[in-house]
Amino acid sequence: MNTKSRERIDRLFKFIFKGTGLITIALLAGIFIMLFSNSILFFFKVSPIDFFTGSQWDPETKYSIIPLLVSTSFVAFGSMLIAVPLGILTAAYLSELAPKKLQMFLKPIIEMLAAIPSVAIGFLGIVLVGPGLAQVFGIQNGLNALNGSILLAIMALPTIVTISEDAINAVPKSHREASLALGANKWETLFKVTIPAAFPGLIAAVLLGLGRALGETMTVLMATGNAAAIPKGFLDSVRTITATIAIEMGEVPYQTTHYFALFAIAAILFLISLIINFIGEYFSNRLRKFHS
Amino acid sequence: MNIKKIKNTANWIVLCCSTLTVCLFLSIILWDIFSKGFSSLSWNFISSFPRNGMTKGGILPAIIGTVLLTFITTLFAVPFGVACAIYLNEYAKPSLLTNIIRASIRNLAGIPSIIYGLFGLALFVQALHFGTSILSAGLTLGLLSLPYIITTTEEALKRVPNSLREATLALGVTQVETIKDVVLPKALPGILTGVILTLSRAAGETAPILFTGVAFYINGVSASANQEFMALPYHLYMLSTQHNAIEQVRPLAYGTATVLILLVFLLNIIAFYVRFKNRTQEL
Repeated sequence: MNTKSRERIDRLFKFIFKGTGLITIALLAGIFIMLFSNSILFFFKVSPIDFFTGSQWDPETKYSIIPLLVSTSFVAFGSMLIAVPLGILTAAYLSELAPKKLQMFLKPIIEMLAAIPSVAIGFLGIVLVGPGLAQVFGIQNGLNALNGSILLAIMALPTIVTISEDAINAVPKSHREASLALGANKWETLFKVTIPAAFPGLIAAVLLGLGRALGETMTVLMATGNAAAIPKGFLDSVRTITATIAIEMGEVPYQTTHYFALFAIAAILFLISLIINFIGEYFSNRLRKFHS
Repeated sequence: MNIKKIKNTANWIVLCCSTLTVCLFLSIILWDIFSKGFSSLSWNFISSFPRNGMTKGGILPAIIGTVLLTFITTLFAVPFGVACAIYLNEYAKPSLLTNIIRASIRNLAGIPSIIYGLFGLALFVQALHFGTSILSAGLTLGLLSLPYIITTTEEALKRVPNSLREATLALGVTQVETIKDVVLPKALPGILTGVILTLSRAAGETAPILFTGVAFYINGVSASANQEFMALPYHLYMLSTQHNAIEQVRPLAYGTATVLILLVFLLNIIAFYVRFKNRTQEL
């Protein structure tokens, strides 16, 4: 092959590679346009005021996102109450205390936890956590917000542990040495120096875990009982945004108000996860700047 | 002094306990599913069709469906993902466009999987008229996998030393030839690890395939890309929530869960092995 055709191939491939880069932008834009164009069609039919202030999600008649949004927040924040302390303490143990060998053994195990499909975790909610909760609290069935929170905590834990551990590991050794040299013991150093220094990274870890919990579908669909009403407590059945889409999209006729309504709640979910991602990124960037 | 000692011990206990709890979660999950699932595993279970309204028989079509689905996902997502990673790592200079591409990839990774399902429904099923089919579902999972494949491939490309690239470029070889003959072979184990891990995630996903082509039951296995299909995760979902004799099919549900988890773990172990072998070779 002569040099000229080799150079032509070189330029052609450069063009192709760049094209695939542009496709990722097109994909994000496409998802954005799909969600919002369908949402606009929905808001032609149902007023945004009813959508954001009503208290009932009752397809065909009442479309209010509030019960779904409250359900989603209940389950997601409940899971964070469990997963954040557990995750950060585990990360602290792994990076500061655990012997090297134990660390080598535990890290892949925690990664394994992340690999278990969400539908299997949901199945466990039905056969194990649900009956357990029913027995402990003396209720008829254990398919409620608490069940969902426990399961989502399990699913968010690997993310939180891994990223928190990276954040704690990234704290410069000199910080710790300075603290120890001033007479602080191991614990004072960990809680008053290392963890505060890793704080932006820990927040990023929590937000990523929260994003995962908010967007999870199958687990909450299977384990939370699917009652589209505003829950009063953690023992009430709930139905999250994701579960509503999963249940109703399969049966809804094409391009009806109900169909568009599902895109509208998806658009809200999309915006929430986008915002959480942005805040998470802000904190992980701050951590990067702080260390460089 | 004594109070401090007690406090230290308490701290130590709290940290150990939280770690133990995390490990306990994993062991409970695996113990419950495997202990009840292994008893319903048999050659017959993985090699025969469901019978008597799913109450008897096996899960062969669901296994085949999941394998074919993952195959379509791979065919679509890997070339695109690797090409995009090559662009970002080998060509792109820091610019506004590069920043936008990187930001899109990070945001795509954070989008809930059910939204990919909606997008697949709108794009592949409706706009492109692929219908509810294994093709639509595979492409939808491909879109979902794309950001992960790009990120892991870029990490692998970054680990290839720059001196290798400079050496071949100095010999008059074009950039594409350098990438093809030097960079990609060197980065291959890393790329492979990322791809396998991503596929293990895709194989376990349910939400994106719900409206794009998965079916509870199909009669016979079809090799055609425009037909509906059965998949392991969806099969488990239906058996555990939607079946009209839920207690009766529970052993089958446990069996399906066991097969699904074993499949995902197998992919993970392969990925770890590739990574491990690659690390030891580098040393």
